[in-house]
Amino acid sequence: MDELLNALLRALAFGTPLLLASLGAVINERAGVVNLGVEGMMALGALAGFAVAYGDGSPGSGSIALGIVAAMAAGGLAALLHAFITITLRANQFVSGLSLTLLGLGVAGLLGKKYEGFPLFGQPNQWPFTIGAIVLALLLAFWLTSTRAGLTLRSVGENPAAADVLGLNVNLIRYGAVAFGGALAGLAGAYLSLVYRPSWTDGMTAGLGWIAVALVIFVGWNPLRAIFGSVFFGLLYYLQFRLQGKTFIPTEFFAAMPYLLVIVVLAFAGLRGQQGAAPEALGRPYTRGER
Amino acid sequence: MTSAHTATAPPVLELRAVTKRFPGVIANDKVSLHLNAGEVLALLGENGAGKSTVISVMYGLYRPDEGETLVDGRAVTIGSPAQALKLGIGLVPQHPMLVARHSVAENLALGGGSAFFPGRSVAGRIRELSEKYGLGVDPGARVSQLSPGEKQRVEILRSLLRGVRVLILDEPTSVLTPQEVGGLFQVMNELRKDGRSLVFISHKLGEVLEITDRVTVLRKGKVTGNAPTRGATRETLAEMMVGRSVSFERKRQTPDLKAAPVRLAAHDLQALSSRGLPALRGVNLELRAGEIVGVAGVAGNGQSELVEVLAGLHDLQGGQITLDGVALGRNARTIFESGVAHIPEDRIHMGTVPSMSVAENLALRDYAKPPLSRGGVRDLGALDSHARQMVNTFDISTPGVGTASRLLSGGNIQKIILARELGDLSGQGGAKVILAVHPTYGLDIGATEQVHRTLMDAAGRGACVLLVSEDLDELLALSDSIAVMYHGELLGPYDAATATREGIGLIMAGGAASTDGTPHGAGPGDLSVQAGPDEPNHTRGLKA
Repeated sequence: MDELLNALLRALAFGTPLLLASLGAVINERAGVVNLGVEGMMALGALAGFAVAYGDGSPGSGSIALGIVAAMAAGGLAALLHAFITITLRANQFVSGLSLTLLGLGVAGLLGKKYEGFPLFGQPNQWPFTIGAIVLALLLAFWLTSTRAGLTLRSVGENPAAADVLGLNVNLIRYGAVAFGGALAGLAGAYLSLVYRPSWTDGMTAGLGWIAVALVIFVGWNPLRAIFGSVFFGLLYYLQFRLQGKTFIPTEFFAAMPYLLVIVVLAFAGLRGQQGAAPEALGRPYTRGER
Repeated sequence: MTSAHTATAPPVLELRAVTKRFPGVIANDKVSLHLNAGEVLALLGENGAGKSTVISVMYGLYRPDEGETLVDGRAVTIGSPAQALKLGIGLVPQHPMLVARHSVAENLALGGGSAFFPGRSVAGRIRELSEKYGLGVDPGARVSQLSPGEKQRVEILRSLLRGVRVLILDEPTSVLTPQEVGGLFQVMNELRKDGRSLVFISHKLGEVLEITDRVTVLRKGKVTGNAPTRGATRETLAEMMVGRSVSFERKRQTPDLKAAPVRLAAHDLQALSSRGLPALRGVNLELRAGEIVGVAGVAGNGQSELVEVLAGLHDLQGGQITLDGVALGRNARTIFESGVAHIPEDRIHMGTVPSMSVAENLALRDYAKPPLSRGGVRDLGALDSHARQMVNTFDISTPGVGTASRLLSGGNIQKIILARELGDLSGQGGAKVILAVHPTYGLDIGATEQVHRTLMDAAGRGACVLLVSEDLDELLALSDSIAVMYHGELLGPYDAATATREGIGLIMAGGAASTDGTPHGAGPGDLSVQAGPDEPNHTRGLKA
């Protein structure tokens, strides 16, 4: 029983950044914009969060709260770059997102050199983040289905022309959704560098951003289902550590398991026709007057 | 203009000398028109006459370069559709602008509705208005599950919810069955009785004569006529539209079909739809040389499968097809080469390659054979001169033979297909069988006339034509006999000389006992909910 409870707690701890990042991605994808830059935005958020919280290394010179704000701002700003390229310049969303991941990882690695190997003092408690993420999922689910603003966002992702004709500003709504997605990816990064492993190491996001992107499809663009999806993947991470070296199966297999499962799960989702749940205009830049 | 002495109140909506230019064209040239309270105004014109531009100006999609727009006699600037709605002007677009995944209520709450539970906040109003005008719309229904007619009524409701006084209907009947058109006209009558004003756009002159009070005609961007509907005839309206007299007389010399040899014969055809359900259940068919057989039916009752089976594009589960007494192969290429021409339903994507040039599209059938190709190498000179000749013969209006076909209007794309399918490049006498599916859908009067003439000429030369159409007037005018596809069976054929619209409409709705005796029990009013053997295929997207 204790073992089971422990597994669940660890799954929540692992799952929190996945939930935060995938909630952000759910919002920008429901508005019709794919952002494959989650991994890069998470890395930028992790570094910005750590740098501001760390200060000059002496106790009291940094601020955890400001670190969180800085992480969200870093993620949000990186996302605005993606928004400018894909919404205003109407470039391909997938190419821009991939570039953003490479850019984010590279920039964070370069600027983070001087922070590597230093621990953070005054590590914050995990639970406000975990509970906050779950409450946010509930709020977003309500917001999407039951408010005028949520309806507007969904309509923009389904049929932007219909929203445009009614005087709604499609591009502005999409900018907002993409920035929100980036801010949550940045927050997920801050969770990694401040809470989960209070330090900065190059490549510390370790593919979590990609899992968050896949999770969005797995949960069918639904914030409520994202809670369960992220706990499920959190559990897989936990098992990866727990079972390492205890079976005849090589450690590398467990290390690769979450990624293998992403593929399996997406194939499964595809078979179930989950792709049909994707917003109709997902990935397509909106041009007025095009049919 | 003319309103001064007939009405004391200023017109609800008036355009004064509106001009709109696009690079290279004047879409509207000093267009003046007005709309009085409680009247239905028809806006008539051929494709490209400027009707779309006029309604785009009225609805705030375009800003005119010159001229004035007046609402209730006051000059206004309509900068956006949202502003038009505020001024009481609504548009029911030809292709509905709805979010398929959302409910009717959610769609209608977009851009309005309360901050929380927006859908719920408008549901009551939707029910009320739907009942008042007989629209029969359920606010909780998913838009993706609605028929084209129902989607159109949702669009009408959107405007009514905003309290519009002017409603513009852009070719509303083009997606409707004859029965649904009747329903739409009832709704329009209710709205007119209520004092609202309607702008009605249609190519179908019969509909214009039936429902409108006044007609304004546009030709090449200019207003060429403005007359009360009472007293107008199809001939006078068409002459104003086209600028010359137009013949509606399609009856040709009826050939002596009894003596003519059977060209195409099909016996007990069985086929499955793309979803694996029976689409053809024992279809028998006989076409004699010189005969035009019309096929009527609600979309999705097996018409597409029948034509595709005959063209070799669809697998046959059972049955035989013979051409001039010889069994027809099952390969689309050999079928074409033995003389079966196909004018497909989706003229843009199936009939042409939109990004390829007019010349290349004209050569799609014969590009690999002499004279277009010699020793496996294309002869570009021959390709070019062949294209020029076809453009002349079929009066295809294109900037040049090298122009991509997607830049052409629907009528000209259809002419390319006719030229390719019916042209006789190899000198063997041309097509023996012509399979024509909705050949004039979305075409204007001039192009329709030419397509009809081409089909009749081909029949006169001894070809037989299978004409699938949802336009009953077209079927009655062209065909020697009319058969009806219903639930995968071909009922009839009935003699076209004695058939009536009402009679055919009733059979389309399942009013005739089917050959296996199963009562299908659907009344004529149930047409929109008829479930055929395959999903209804209303959205043909044929318009360029």
